[in-house]
Amino acid sequence: MAVIGKKKERSTPAISTASLPDIIFILLFFFMVSTTIKEVDYKVIIRLPEATQVKKLENKSLVSYIYIGPPQRALQEKYGTKPVIQLNDQIASLSQIPQYVEIERAKRPQADVPKMTFSLKVDKETDMGIVTDVKQELRKVQALKINYSAREPYKK
Amino acid sequence: MARRKKGIPEINAASMADIAFMLLIFFLVTTTMSVDKGITRKLPPPVPPDAEAPKVKERNVLSVLVNKDNQVAVEGELTEIDALTQRVKEFIINPNDDPNLSEHEFISDLLDKEMAKPNPDKNKIETYKRILDEIGNVPKSKGVVSLQTDRATKYNVYIQVQDAIVKAFNELRDELAMQAYGKPYNELKEDQQKLIREIYPISLSEAEPRRVKTK
Repeated sequence: MAVIGKKKERSTPAISTASLPDIIFILLFFFMVSTTIKEVDYKVIIRLPEATQVKKLENKSLVSYIYIGPPQRALQEKYGTKPVIQLNDQIASLSQIPQYVEIERAKRPQADVPKMTFSLKVDKETDMGIVTDVKQELRKVQALKINYSAREPYKK
Repeated sequence: MARRKKGIPEINAASMADIAFMLLIFFLVTTTMSVDKGITRKLPPPVPPDAEAPKVKERNVLSVLVNKDNQVAVEGELTEIDALTQRVKEFIINPNDDPNLSEHEFISDLLDKEMAKPNPDKNKIETYKRILDEIGNVPKSKGVVSLQTDRATKYNVYIQVQDAIVKAFNELRDELAMQAYGKPYNELKEDQQKLIREIYPISLSEAEPRRVKTK
């Protein structure tokens, strides 16, 4: 008996790596589910304000974004340093908002249009003037559900 | 050699891990972990320019002003943002029936009023009846918080003020929910939340604050 036991111990068996892909796949799925693909390339700098009463935005597919903030460094020569509006991938003017809303609405099924939310991602150093203008523009086209994007303060 | 060909050769799975790793790294790089969060608000619908402004009694309006120097004034006096939540709560509940704070209407009165209308709203009647059943005859405030900002106000301050006001309403809802159901508002069922929302709607007017006429 002892002899047989000794024989077995001589070479350490190789650890099977067959399950390694499975482990990696589980990790992969975790990341795929828990993350969201970045919507656009930011042309403006956005440092979100902090707020405590924030709610998670539900139903991501029904959310459209409007970004307001000073242009990125590289674009400051062209657009200046004052806060501007970004729609999709481009810096836009106030008058383009109704058109943007129409396009965003056309992308969704008719039944979901009333449930659409417009998320305003605004840099915290922006003046209210431009934000108010955007809000008035949204009201004109009956896009009334909005969301002020904010971060939860870091909890210690 | 002949023997080997009989069985299908096993595919080497060692590179599977590498492929999966590549995919994993791709997702890690292209995605952001942050979830979108924010304060959800509803804008009032556009009004025709010749429409008459709704008349609201002076005592039922809590005016919050933020000037270009980012100072906050409640009813004309300078206030810290931290104190704002408390001010709004007091204004809405008005426990001692202060004549300078908001008026109340009991749910039973609201129900009677709705019933007396020529074409009563069935949904409203239903909701009021459920409130009477489940929560009791609680007073509902007529108060409206009016938020007015300057064009030069910083967005950050605006959000802080919004946050403080929304916090006041959320705390009121939580208190009522605890009292009525023994649970915080967030843990209630959707239809129960609706009842609480009916009693404490977030009545915050901001888009056209100048339209609110005061008597």
